[in-house]
Amino acid sequence: MAAKTLTIDGKQITAEEGATVLQVAREAGVNIPTLCHLEGVYDVGACRLCLVEVAGVAKLLPACTTKVAEGMDIKTDSERLRKYRRMTLELLFAERNHVCAVCVSNGHCELQTLAYSQGMEHVRYDYTFPKWNVDTTHRLFGMDHNRCVLCSRCVRVCWHIEGAGTKNVSGRGSLSKIITDLNQPWGQAASCTECGKCVMACPTGALFNKGVTVGEMERDRDKLEFIVTAREKKQWIAE
Amino acid sequence: MLHNDLLQIKEKELAGRKPFTLRCCMAAGCMSSDSKGVKQQLEQAVAEAGLQDQVEVRGVGCMKLCCQGPLVQADPTGVLYEKVSPQDAAPIIAALNGAQNNLAKSDPNAPFFAKQHSIVLANSGIIDPERIESYIAADGYLALHEVLNEMTPKDVVEAMVKSGLRGRGGAGFPTGLKWGTVAKSAGAKKYVICNADEGDPGAFMDRSVLESDPHAVLEGMAIAAYAVGADQGFMYVRAEYPLAISRLQIAIKQAKQMGLLGAGIFESPFNFNVDIRIGAGAFVCGEETALMASVEGKRGTPRPRPPFPAESGLFGCPTLLNNVETFANVAPIYRKGAEWFAGIGTEKSKGTKVFALAGKIKNTGLIEVPMGTPMRTIVEDMGGGAPDGGKIKAVQTGGPSGGCIPSQHLDTPVDYESLGKLGSIMGSGGMIVMDETTGMVDVARFFMEFCMEESCGKCIPCRAGTVQMHNILDKILQRKATARDLAKLEELCDMVKNTSLCGLGQTAPNPTLSTLRFFRNEYEELLQPDKFGPRGTDAATAQPTAATQ
Amino acid sequence: MKIRLATVWLGGCSGCHMSFLDLDEFLIDLADAVDLVYSPVVDVKDYPENVDLCLIEGAVCNEDNLEILHKIRARTKVLVSFGDCAVTGNVPAMRNQFGIDNAENVLQRAYVENAQNNPSVPKADGIVPQLLANVVPVHEVVHVEYFLPGCPPPAARIKSLVAQLLAGTAPKQEGEQLKFG
Repeated sequence: MAAKTLTIDGKQITAEEGATVLQVAREAGVNIPTLCHLEGVYDVGACRLCLVEVAGVAKLLPACTTKVAEGMDIKTDSERLRKYRRMTLELLFAERNHVCAVCVSNGHCELQTLAYSQGMEHVRYDYTFPKWNVDTTHRLFGMDHNRCVLCSRCVRVCWHIEGAGTKNVSGRGSLSKIITDLNQPWGQAASCTECGKCVMACPTGALFNKGVTVGEMERDRDKLEFIVTAREKKQWIAE
Repeated sequence: MLHNDLLQIKEKELAGRKPFTLRCCMAAGCMSSDSKGVKQQLEQAVAEAGLQDQVEVRGVGCMKLCCQGPLVQADPTGVLYEKVSPQDAAPIIAALNGAQNNLAKSDPNAPFFAKQHSIVLANSGIIDPERIESYIAADGYLALHEVLNEMTPKDVVEAMVKSGLRGRGGAGFPTGLKWGTVAKSAGAKKYVICNADEGDPGAFMDRSVLESDPHAVLEGMAIAAYAVGADQGFMYVRAEYPLAISRLQIAIKQAKQMGLLGAGIFESPFNFNVDIRIGAGAFVCGEETALMASVEGKRGTPRPRPPFPAESGLFGCPTLLNNVETFANVAPIYRKGAEWFAGIGTEKSKGTKVFALAGKIKNTGLIEVPMGTPMRTIVEDMGGGAPDGGKIKAVQTGGPSGGCIPSQHLDTPVDYESLGKLGSIMGSGGMIVMDETTGMVDVARFFMEFCMEESCGKCIPCRAGTVQMHNILDKILQRKATARDLAKLEELCDMVKNTSLCGLGQTAPNPTLSTLRFFRNEYEELLQPDKFGPRGTDAATAQPTAATQ
Repeated sequence: MKIRLATVWLGGCSGCHMSFLDLDEFLIDLADAVDLVYSPVVDVKDYPENVDLCLIEGAVCNEDNLEILHKIRARTKVLVSFGDCAVTGNVPAMRNQFGIDNAENVLQRAYVENAQNNPSVPKADGIVPQLLANVVPVHEVVHVEYFLPGCPPPAARIKSLVAQLLAGTAPKQEGEQLKFG
């Protein structure tokens, strides 16, 4: 693999060809905020929080899907990017019913953490207060669409790590919705293996273990990483 | 099939022509006003008059002046009947022998027709789109023959570069450059896709081309496939175009039967098949990466580029994607030469552009004009201006991704750069004329609503940003918004434009931005005084210290 | 001259005020620096003129909230949205999910459908304020200078903001100080 040299926020960095800007930045200790990114599954560039400025490129590029190139000069933390990130978060909070105070993920929520770490102290847009239901038909898990940010992490782990293909996205625009099987109640989704990877992957309180109450929903991402690492390194294949 | 066979078909077709022809428009617009009934009555009237040897009644594609349909044109006299009903059949037949009638007629020499320059629409309204012989008689498939026999794929790409053709889907990317990139991409399997997911409100150019001259598009695709090294093509058509789909099916079947599609075309080693894929009505599937996902059978959502389709497209293979009108330009370019094509239009925008004229204008329909034609020529001379003596206020191009060009800029030449300078885009060819009765904030809200409903929901700025922008536009129209809301709207426009994943979101603010640029007063007139903060405190400096009292 | 401080309790649970009382000994320092001219813990009936700083707890839920909020804005130099209900609408605004004009539905649900005894919606014009059609955060009604999220904001967070305001500096809050919930 050829090495590429590039600059991130003024730091000279050497990276392997094929690596993404996000990977390289994190290895170098530069924190780029992300929401739809999840270690172990492919990236979709949907949340737009990891957008960075690259000198000589007119458009902002998502760090998660942009491959490093020789001589790249990247800025990850300009005033403009900070403003766009705050706005993106404000739009998310106004979009569904994110009530941190009564959420199972309060204190362990990536959306909540992003909001304060990006300095979002209030939402300037009108809250839309849509009416979404909560699916508690599954034996073990629940899905609260009010707290969903449509990052599609659950869909990706379900298809590409578990291989069950239970979760999917239906509808479009602000009416997009995570569904199980052909939009059946989760409890009736025959393809669900009850592996719980979607619950582990969820950044907010949208997917939760039944029985948890406010602030109790902590997620164990190590399990996902364990599986992915084992698969990539073929640890489970006998010599 | 060889060159000679093509010529024989052409000769036979021409030899079979009768002294008189009645061309009856069978495109979707006229068919919705019963042109099918008109055609049947004409055929019956011919039979009743015993003129079967003298008169051919030919179903043809779009005859362009859609607002006056159903249209019937008589050859060789050129008399163009408008708003024809089935009862008019007898007098129309009688008139072939010189009889007078007082049926409504359009002047085929009026500016609407006279100022057109037909390349893409050359066969439209002339040939029978359901008979391949009719296309061959108009020199169809000759270009493909020449390309396969006389040129290397490299020559074909070079000629395309020389022609200066740019993508007619809206963005205007140089076609030759795109072909060259796909041709150079490594890969045993490559694809050619024709984007016929025309979705802009008010745009119907691509539908008309497919309904009127489907073989031209297929021939263009085959030439492109040869140039880039593909052997499989897909035609992605929206389900709302059933007539276009059925004519394409007929055309593909006929071309296959004649060996003009399939294996060993013109007895060369070149193989090319075309299959149709039908879209389910999502606007976003006109975006190339979403379109490819849809062809693959997945949810039609865009993905970040790079990788570009030219490197990794359909099923991960190098893929060439062009729009219907782009492909329709291809065969004429090879038939008449790249220099001929490059001689039409302006320095940077070559050839012609088809527009669908709609809205508050006298003559609605299809027009094809050389690039660089002033917009005034199109809307005033050809379009006949606003109806009922109204005054044109603005012209909208580019649909939900474009902008409004105000009347003071009507002398702008229609080319990619000039429209871009005015904050609009060429777009795929929708041209919606607005008169003084149109409220520009309404227009902005209409397009924002469209984008909001058509957003695929994948990326946050487009999914949630369009909702908030629409909300603010709504508030402005309800006279509930303040200058603060307007500032929020402008900030959101900037953000959604710069952060959205695909073209839909990146251009969704354009109609709002362009109406703000030229008609800001219409927004400001609707704003209410800001009742927030009667003390007028400035948030950044407000301090409660006693000293400031 | 002491700073004229007010605190107000709109549609909320008073948890933010409880947290305010958790300021403990800082309350004594505060007493030296401010006159508490209006507050749920002070027996003053009308919101006074010339207030320097007002901490507003709660969302805007009823006619009474709306009326006093306009009065507060007109008579106060600096407003702070105090706690999640004031900043986001929080739990009181969850009734908005029942539709745009949801007040009647909510009353029916609470006082009729779920009533065990004497099912009837309490109505007393001039005494019980009418619910607004929708619950909104404070900044959707009046301009707000600063925001102090939290449900409730911990005492340390309140202290940090108030101390900075008293010192006459534009308050800087970052990181976890801005955490909702």
